[in-house]
Amino acid sequence: MYTASDLRKGLKIEIDGEPYIITNFEFSKPGKGQSLYRCRLKNMVTGNAFDKTYRSNEKFKKAPLDERKMQFLYQQGDEYHFMDTKSFEQYMITREHLEDVTPFMVDNMEVDVLLFHGNPIGVTLPNFVNLTVTKSDPWVKGDTSGTDTKPVTVETGYELQVPPFVVEGEKIQIDTRTGAYMTRVKE
Amino acid sequence: MILQRLQQRAALIQAARFFFIAHDYLEVETPIRLPALIPEAHIRPLASASWFLQTSPELCMKRLLAAGAPRLFQICKCFREGERGSRHLPEFTMLEWYRLDGHYQDLMTETQAFLQDLAAGVQQERGYDQEIIGLLLQPQWQRWTLHEAFACHAPISLEKALADDCFEEILVEHVEPQLGLERPCFLYDYPTALGSLAKTSAENPEVAERFELYIQGVELANGFSELTDVVEQRRRFAQEATLARAQGIWFGEVPEKFLTDLATIEAACGIALGLDRLVMLLTGALIIDEVVSFTPEHL
Repeated sequence: MYTASDLRKGLKIEIDGEPYIITNFEFSKPGKGQSLYRCRLKNMVTGNAFDKTYRSNEKFKKAPLDERKMQFLYQQGDEYHFMDTKSFEQYMITREHLEDVTPFMVDNMEVDVLLFHGNPIGVTLPNFVNLTVTKSDPWVKGDTSGTDTKPVTVETGYELQVPPFVVEGEKIQIDTRTGAYMTRVKE
Repeated sequence: MILQRLQQRAALIQAARFFFIAHDYLEVETPIRLPALIPEAHIRPLASASWFLQTSPELCMKRLLAAGAPRLFQICKCFREGERGSRHLPEFTMLEWYRLDGHYQDLMTETQAFLQDLAAGVQQERGYDQEIIGLLLQPQWQRWTLHEAFACHAPISLEKALADDCFEEILVEHVEPQLGLERPCFLYDYPTALGSLAKTSAENPEVAERFELYIQGVELANGFSELTDVVEQRRRFAQEATLARAQGIWFGEVPEKFLTDLATIEAACGIALGLDRLVMLLTGALIIDEVVSFTPEHL
């Protein structure tokens, strides 16, 4: 159990059976009045956010969240299958919960899966992943368009801008938080 | 950066002292550790052995008024447990001043003169927030009753907010952010329940002669005509103490010596101003952490 004075940005609590993270927090106390704890809460499953003000006598349930290392096994339609690398237990997550990560996730990749009451609700990728360039137009020497990048497609189907020297079949490192090109990877 | 802010803080405190000394106020130091405090329903004091750290210097300063000092000011540390936010520290610096002449409307006029004096002193100086200084130097400050402010900015009336026990929420979410945007705003005439030490208005027994000063939505100071009716004061202490006890808050026994001294004061007014917040406003600091040498988290 948490009390209102434990509330702070980043704290995860359970409300009506759903996990929420506090994304914004402000302590207020009008003169001679009582303490107010103003929160912006984001539902960790649906992403919906709302504002709520609490008083100091309120209590909160800790969200039973657990993060585990898993391996991404395969995709079947909208279903993505993962395996706990310790217990070998398998979990399935539907695409709607993975929109931010599918552009960067390939088979056998090791990821962090967030579980709420034992059910997977989200996946966090490593900050940097290496993906193979599957489609790239050759750079035309003397291109006068003035741009110093060109578009390429990687093995997941994700498209991004890279420097002109990157060629098809090469591996590149991508920052999964921004989706941006970082560097070429020599194997 | 922090050193620059500390230099500005020191300069502003010097200027504040200069103002009050020039206006015939006596600077005093009163004990910050006391055997009993003034009970307030929503303040948690910090214990110090079997005594308490002061939550405000009000108690001792009023006893000095009773001893005959006509004008007093103090700059001191106050302590309130659990108050931490972008504008709150559990240990903070208060500027309080009291006088035997005048009432809360006079105090508003004097507060304006004081803050304009401070603002004029740092006008055009680098490192100070010139927008706030311009705001402070506006000749006409707003004076608005709490009732008027609710009627203008709140979705429900003041009476309904009080009846529905959501006064603080409505004030903080709807009213405060709109106050003092174009010029500083004095919000005044609070329900008597929200001014335990303030004198009841002669014109309207429902309200106390209390005000709060807001600048760009920030609450900076709280002042009032002092309640000097000891019977009434004792009754309100009992009320506040009951509310406090229900939350497990203990302030010590009723401060009897204070009540005895209060009986000798005919009329007085006084004000408490958050000095850290004043430095924040004038230097353009976004959080209180920027204007103090150390926060609790850094110790």
